[in-house]
Amino acid sequence: MIEATSTATQPRRAARPALEQGRLTWGGLVLMACAVLIYLFLYLPIAILVLFSFTRDQFGVRWTGFTLDWYTRLFANERLMGATVNTLYVALVSTIVATVLGTLLAMALERYRFRGRNSVDTLIYLPIVIPEIVMAVALLAFSALAFDLIRLLTGETLRRSLTTVIIGHIAFSVSFVVVVVRTSLKNFDRRLEEAAADLGANSWNIFWRVTFPLILPGIIGGALLAFTLSLDDFIISLFLSGPGTSLLPVEVYNKVRRAVTPEINAISTLMLALSITLVVLSQSVQRRQ
Amino acid sequence: MSTTNAVELRNVVKRFGDIAAVDHVSLEIRDGEFFSLLGPSGCGKTTTLRMIAGFEYPSSGSIVIHGREMATIPPHRRPVNTVFQSYALFPHLTVAQNVAFGLEMQRRPKDEIAARVREALEQVRLSGFADRRPRQLSGGQQQRVALARALINQPEVLLLDEPLGALDQKLRKELQIELKSLQRRVGITFVFVTHDQEEALTMSDRIAVMSQGKVLQIGSPTEIYERPTCRFVADFIGETNFIAGKVIENGANAATIETPDGLRLRGLTPRPVRVGEPAVLSIRPEKALLLAPGDARAGHAFAIPARVELVSYIGSDTRITVRLNDQRTFDVWEQNTLSTLDRDAYWQPGEPAVLVCPPDNALVLTE
Amino acid sequence: MTLNALERERQRRERRTLAALLTPGLLWLILFFALPLVIILVYSFMTNGPRGNIVWQFTLGNYVDLFTRSIYFNAYLRSIWISVLTTVICLVLGYPLALFIVRQPPRWRTVLLFLVLIPFWTNFLVRIYAWQIILANNGLINSALRSLGLPPLTLLNTEGATLLGLVYGELPFMVLPIYAALDRFDFTLMEAAADLGASKRRAFWRVMLPMTMPGVAAGSVLVFIPTIGQFVVSELLGGAKVDYLGNLIQRLFLRSNPPNWPLGSAMAMAMMLVLLALILIYFRTTTEEDR
Repeated sequence: MIEATSTATQPRRAARPALEQGRLTWGGLVLMACAVLIYLFLYLPIAILVLFSFTRDQFGVRWTGFTLDWYTRLFANERLMGATVNTLYVALVSTIVATVLGTLLAMALERYRFRGRNSVDTLIYLPIVIPEIVMAVALLAFSALAFDLIRLLTGETLRRSLTTVIIGHIAFSVSFVVVVVRTSLKNFDRRLEEAAADLGANSWNIFWRVTFPLILPGIIGGALLAFTLSLDDFIISLFLSGPGTSLLPVEVYNKVRRAVTPEINAISTLMLALSITLVVLSQSVQRRQ
Repeated sequence: MSTTNAVELRNVVKRFGDIAAVDHVSLEIRDGEFFSLLGPSGCGKTTTLRMIAGFEYPSSGSIVIHGREMATIPPHRRPVNTVFQSYALFPHLTVAQNVAFGLEMQRRPKDEIAARVREALEQVRLSGFADRRPRQLSGGQQQRVALARALINQPEVLLLDEPLGALDQKLRKELQIELKSLQRRVGITFVFVTHDQEEALTMSDRIAVMSQGKVLQIGSPTEIYERPTCRFVADFIGETNFIAGKVIENGANAATIETPDGLRLRGLTPRPVRVGEPAVLSIRPEKALLLAPGDARAGHAFAIPARVELVSYIGSDTRITVRLNDQRTFDVWEQNTLSTLDRDAYWQPGEPAVLVCPPDNALVLTE
Repeated sequence: MTLNALERERQRRERRTLAALLTPGLLWLILFFALPLVIILVYSFMTNGPRGNIVWQFTLGNYVDLFTRSIYFNAYLRSIWISVLTTVICLVLGYPLALFIVRQPPRWRTVLLFLVLIPFWTNFLVRIYAWQIILANNGLINSALRSLGLPPLTLLNTEGATLLGLVYGELPFMVLPIYAALDRFDFTLMEAAADLGASKRRAFWRVMLPMTMPGVAAGSVLVFIPTIGQFVVSELLGGAKVDYLGNLIQRLFLRSNPPNWPLGSAMAMAMMLVLLALILIYFRTTTEEDR
């Protein structure tokens, strides 16, 4: 997917005659009408959500005047703030670990031929194609078994916590980091490394002066993707967080299940703003490449 | 150990799996020489260059640069620099930073680097471009950055891997001359890889023609063109006609062959041939004579009856394709002069003619 | 150093580097991804104890239950059915949208694609919640109907709402791969087809669609996978009126008292079975270079 968007900016294909001239045909009009409707379908709910985060209406479903009450209430809600801090902490730690592990794996897969390479490849892509709920229950079962084993061996009692969530988040975001970093390694011209060696650089200098700066946008892109995935993840967070630890998506889920309140509109708007910031950031980083 | 040779390859072999990309190559490249490795793609010339640079280690054999054994030395500790095919400029660095890279690796003082970079950019007429990125430059400018980046390190040998390949025809011609005069000025040994025979002939002091991992002939451009020692070189460099036959008589420098249909032709032998051996007579199109049947010289011992098939005027000369009795075609190029301008009086398709292959302009070659 | 020693040394160094690169990530994936999957595979053949504990006794009972008890089997079929439906609707909406984007001038193309991307990066729950506001009994649509004097409709907590939410959530996954395929498609081929006498419709079916099939296949897989495991949408928009596989798994693992992990694991494995079939089809219909 990341590949798809970056190719969009390349000006190639000389031949796209007739289409570029914007001749209006019936087919073209119908297509445009479809597109407009689909964009409305995509954005209307989001627009309404943002709008109603500012309404005075206590059910948050109609416009009865402007207020920022819901936002101030949000910031006063200690439980929600705690959940936000937890979520950011989990996202940060899992992103750092996943980015390091993923980058190393991408280097190994892109640079070396070795026996079992295809199996490693498959293992890395599996977390992307397996439904998250399967991964979630598998990790839940695994952690329960591991905790039992630890109690048996050391007598220590462990519980599900932010750590188990982090472990789970890393397990799936590593794969996404590998995909993104591999793309930028593929586009990397290996003769640049030969050129550096030719000019007297040893392997340390080759990596830090040439390879790393050139694949950095890919690494940052992968890290931002991992960060967003962790922030937005609900299923693994739900299954792996312990009873005492709350995470933002789980809190939102619990609130939404109970009732519709403008407070949720306000949290959602803030999360939306954060997501958009991250997309813009990652896109501009990848464009620089 | 000879010290006048910049580079010596002794019995160098490079195998990739079961294939020998370079097969027992021995070369002596003299100090200050412009030396070209010429051959079709896949002939092993680039692999040879990469072994001199150190990007590949030979499977066996030895590589000596100015008397020092290099075969096992990694590229960053060799006294050579490379100008890469399509340049391999660092896209994340400016032109000045690209040129400074080698000196920074040698940990030279900052002000020395700055001064030498300025000087190097002046030398390739790119002073105003120091802060540009490589992708903002034209192909020719990028090529000059690559040259400056390599030469600033004052290498003992400069390796060039088809450095003009990505440029258009006109720019190529200009840069050929520029490169040659630059080489004279700096006096550094150049090892130049190309598949373009004209480029190699124009620029080189000496050329090694390679095919299928082997060096077939080493010599000056004149030697390579005028005295090819085997059929492949004669065919690859310039254009030539071949007439196949069997050696029936050989002298000190010349031999006679007989074709299956009984024609006897004579030519010089750059390499000795044995009687009974299959061989070809090679004669360049501009060196064969085409005569009218009534011409006094048509009674020549090595005359062959022919029929004109195609006449094409291409400006400097006219190219005539004739068909011999055994249905083979043969090309003859005649220089255009005032007298040949009257096309009606000139060769016409279908006309009978006599082809003469003068023995002192023909070569008898084996495979 | 001789050349042979050098080569051996180089290989040794390369193996060391490779090991250093591979080991940490691979270990993580084996320990925290592959091993857990093996555990639930094993659990799916175990017996559930009276207090929801695992009894280490082999049984096929969980699978027998899943495929014979109608509440479970119906949920299985329902999950497959709604995934197929969601995929088809996303395809029908996504293909024209991708085509529209690809036909715009390059600058617009980037912007329009970016607009598809934003929802894809936005929290799923947030997007589903937005539909609650619109579809609720006192929500936007019903308010509008009331102000026009029309009777209100039951929109929320229906299967239609579930389908709507799923399509809304997964549409970007369909658009992006199809866009990528169309972006590579040479549109002069359509003119060549027209020149050879094909109508626009026939040119689409015979030229454009076959050549962009890899994108369609990739998009379909990307939409199908999360849909078959979903449980949030059917809970929040469908009102948990009918069960899908995901709802059952969540309940069996987290909510039931006592929980039944072996049965839940069997359901997760059954889900993987569908995916295995899907991926086999994907690999059959696309070639190496397509992907």
